[in-house]
Amino acid sequence: MRLIDWIDARFPATKFVKAHLSEYYAPRNFNFWYYFGFLALIILILQIVTGIFLTMHYKPDTALAFASVEYIMRDVPWGWLIRYLHSTGASAFFVVIYLHMFRGLLYGSYKEPRELVWIFGMLIYLTLMAEAFMGYLLPWGQMSFWGAQVIISLFGAIPYIGEGLALWIRGDFVVADATLNRFFAFHVIALPLVLLGLVVAHITALHEVGSNNPDGVDIKKTKDGQGIPLDGIAFHPYYSSKDLVGLIVFLFIFSLILFYMPEFGGWFLEKDNFIPANPLQTPEHIVPLWYFTPFYAILRAVPDKLFGVMAMGGAIVVLFLIPWLDRSPVRSIRYRGPLFRIALTIFTISFLALGYLGTQPATGLYTSLAQVFSVLYFSFFILMPIYTSLDKDQPVPQRVTEK
Amino acid sequence: MTKVTTVLTFLLTFFTTNPAYTASAQLQLKPVDIDLSDKASLQRGARTFMNYCLTCHSASYMRYNRMGKDLGLTDEQVKASLMFASEKVGETMTIAMRPDDAKKWFGSIPPDLSVISRARGADWLYSYFQTFYLDNKKVMGTNNSTFKNVGMPHVLWQDQGYLQKGTNGDLTRLSEGDLSKDEYDEMARDLVNFLAYIGEPSKIQRLALGKWVLIYLALFFFVAYPLKKVIWEDITK
Repeated sequence: MRLIDWIDARFPATKFVKAHLSEYYAPRNFNFWYYFGFLALIILILQIVTGIFLTMHYKPDTALAFASVEYIMRDVPWGWLIRYLHSTGASAFFVVIYLHMFRGLLYGSYKEPRELVWIFGMLIYLTLMAEAFMGYLLPWGQMSFWGAQVIISLFGAIPYIGEGLALWIRGDFVVADATLNRFFAFHVIALPLVLLGLVVAHITALHEVGSNNPDGVDIKKTKDGQGIPLDGIAFHPYYSSKDLVGLIVFLFIFSLILFYMPEFGGWFLEKDNFIPANPLQTPEHIVPLWYFTPFYAILRAVPDKLFGVMAMGGAIVVLFLIPWLDRSPVRSIRYRGPLFRIALTIFTISFLALGYLGTQPATGLYTSLAQVFSVLYFSFFILMPIYTSLDKDQPVPQRVTEK
Repeated sequence: MTKVTTVLTFLLTFFTTNPAYTASAQLQLKPVDIDLSDKASLQRGARTFMNYCLTCHSASYMRYNRMGKDLGLTDEQVKASLMFASEKVGETMTIAMRPDDAKKWFGSIPPDLSVISRARGADWLYSYFQTFYLDNKKVMGTNNSTFKNVGMPHVLWQDQGYLQKGTNGDLTRLSEGDLSKDEYDEMARDLVNFLAYIGEPSKIQRLALGKWVLIYLALFFFVAYPLKKVIWEDITK
């Protein structure tokens, strides 16, 4: 008896591989935008593995944390590589996730029957933001400290319970040892567990309903005699071999940054974070890392602190609602009318502009611009039921098209 | 290859520098070339560092023997020329001055210099060493136009001589030092080079390993891409 038969009699190994790889039929017309889900999974694994090695040498103690990171950079064999993989990986994770989400908007991948795929994805994004925020406190540099101080103090804006809540989160009246220790616990075990669970849910939901594609065509509607979609091809070996090529290209760019410019001009590792945290000295500019800046710009665009916090939270909540805000029967932008195309373009520009403005001091013109782009950001969602119903969509083909 | 990476690094840096920092840098910084492969420069910088800096400033994440290894010096050479009697070669660069005393004498505690080059940048450090000027209002008698009202005196005055600040803010020479201007520029450059080195000693390994990783990935691409082509033949035809 072959080993695999012995295993299959006791554990559905072959069944699992077939269901998710060799007999999972994905549309044949995936394009550039379809690499990023796979890449996100690879980065998740990279972050977990490098993170495990970092925890072997890192010390979550305000007196030791900064020095232990430098110890990793100098005295731990290959420590510098592990640390840069982790710090570059964090930013790469967000690059890839943002492109992955944008793909969803382009091709309507959130629409029926993939609403839960989108919801699980959004929960992953939310968890990832918490994970990145808490991880950024750990090096215990100036930006770690003051970034955490500013963000946690936002909870203080909530009426009645705010101050108590902020105190409860910090475990102290300012960001301190208690905060560092609990953030470490959340960063290395609590949130990664949640993240892994959500990723399983995201992929399970996806594999239940099948992948969308750049045409937004439902490939399950046209099947051959064996019940295999005519436009579907097995994930393995077709997409496994294609994703391998994408992975190499990604790793090339990733390595270029990691080995030649790991600070990425202050975007990935901020200058001020090479100064140990000092509660008595506020840095000139407190800037969150680049992947939070669009939301930070929205926060600062609103003059009132409480409403600012609500706007920032709302900017993320509205993303959850897209599957129900979009009234168009058409998924892909290829067959959508001009209104959606214009709206998505304006939204994309607004998001990038807010990202830039979030890195700038909130003064005069910059604040006004942030207000304009915040309104445009929300208009994309609030007006969506209107412009998607009015739009002149084109007929969607029965089968996927070549390019 | 080095040229290509230099150009690439330059372009990427140019287009990606975080505006949060460029915006705040209203100072005119003097640019300086950092070259970690210039061992002679690093050794000269190390000597300046040990003689002038490492009495008030520590570099407490940096080990003497690690420095020796990277600068092409044996432990014996490090001990003989770059260390004072009491330390061991495996120790980090700590100092005897107590923080409380330093606070009393200088008004603030001189920062640890291990990663100062990463916090300030090489150009800032180079400019800092060039812009001390006489200022009677200061306890130490000197001020600095790169770092206003810094508590640190002009430690290298014997080498540079003294500058004075004109009403238009320009610094002009008041007295000659032991070194000519070019010699002092080189001394400052060597010191900044050394500070950049201790800021990230692994940069030497990082740059050395980087090209092999990129070459490996490039070669792997020429395996993976044809493989994908072959596998997809029956789909794309």
